[in-house]
Amino acid sequence: MPHDHHEPLSPSGHPYRADDDRDLTYWQVMEIAVRELLIEKGHVSATQIQDQINTMDARSPANGARLVAKAWTDPAFKYALIEDAGQATREMGFDIGPMHLIALENTEEVHNVIVCTLCSCYPRNLLGLPPDWYKSRAYRSRAVVEPRKVLSEFGLEFNQKIQIRVHDSTADMRYIILPYQPADSVGLSEAELANWVTRDSMIGVGLPRPPA
Amino acid sequence: MKVRVLSQWPPGHVRTPGYLRGKVGTIERSVGTFNNPEQNAYRLTPTKNRLLRVRFRMSEVWGPRAENPDDVVEAEIYEHWLEPFNAS
Repeated sequence: MPHDHHEPLSPSGHPYRADDDRDLTYWQVMEIAVRELLIEKGHVSATQIQDQINTMDARSPANGARLVAKAWTDPAFKYALIEDAGQATREMGFDIGPMHLIALENTEEVHNVIVCTLCSCYPRNLLGLPPDWYKSRAYRSRAVVEPRKVLSEFGLEFNQKIQIRVHDSTADMRYIILPYQPADSVGLSEAELANWVTRDSMIGVGLPRPPA
Repeated sequence: MKVRVLSQWPPGHVRTPGYLRGKVGTIERSVGTFNNPEQNAYRLTPTKNRLLRVRFRMSEVWGPRAENPDDVVEAEIYEHWLEPFNAS
């Protein structure tokens, strides 16, 4: 017996992932070179770069969920959010940097979906990093051509009377969706409601749902 | 107000998606002025151009292939890519 194991499975029963032993790409080398030069010449420190990475990693859809929950419970805030989402978000205490934000409201008649067909624009300064599928060519191209089919693959079916509005983040604005509040969540506290708001519901490919 | 996206295909860093060029839509809102990305991308001194959100019916963009003609797609288009459109 050449081996004492036949299937390369981990103790949890999943196949091991192959090692990623490829060379760095041209742009990875470029990034490392520029970063090291900036540090060597004293423009930034490694600590500052790491702090910025940590700041970005600390941003999560929970920020957006708090925003939505407040809009559901506070009509004046909801009005302010629709009027100027960037300002309303900053006034709530979130540091969203220079981001230009628009909030789009889902209603009984309209369902909004966000995509960036040209690249992968996403409200990172509020929601953190986008999911991998959001950056895929399949989502980016299909969301504008056949949004209803794409939504059905996420488990959402809308009757033809509901208008689907696809928002292509082509330039300087970023978008967040204010989902339609489920009837059975009305009356809950702002903190409880935030647990209903999923990342996908703020991109438009999901609906709010009760916490598991 | 109805507008048509110019059907032109210049090289370079252009933020007007190809699938909307030549299509007619209505202005949904103006979102302010921004550095023209077509100059900004090449470190040329950019002009400040008006940026507009334009709403297109799916039937206008995709014709009979549209899933639902009354669904819409909205995108930010720079003013220098738009011309007034009169239905006559």
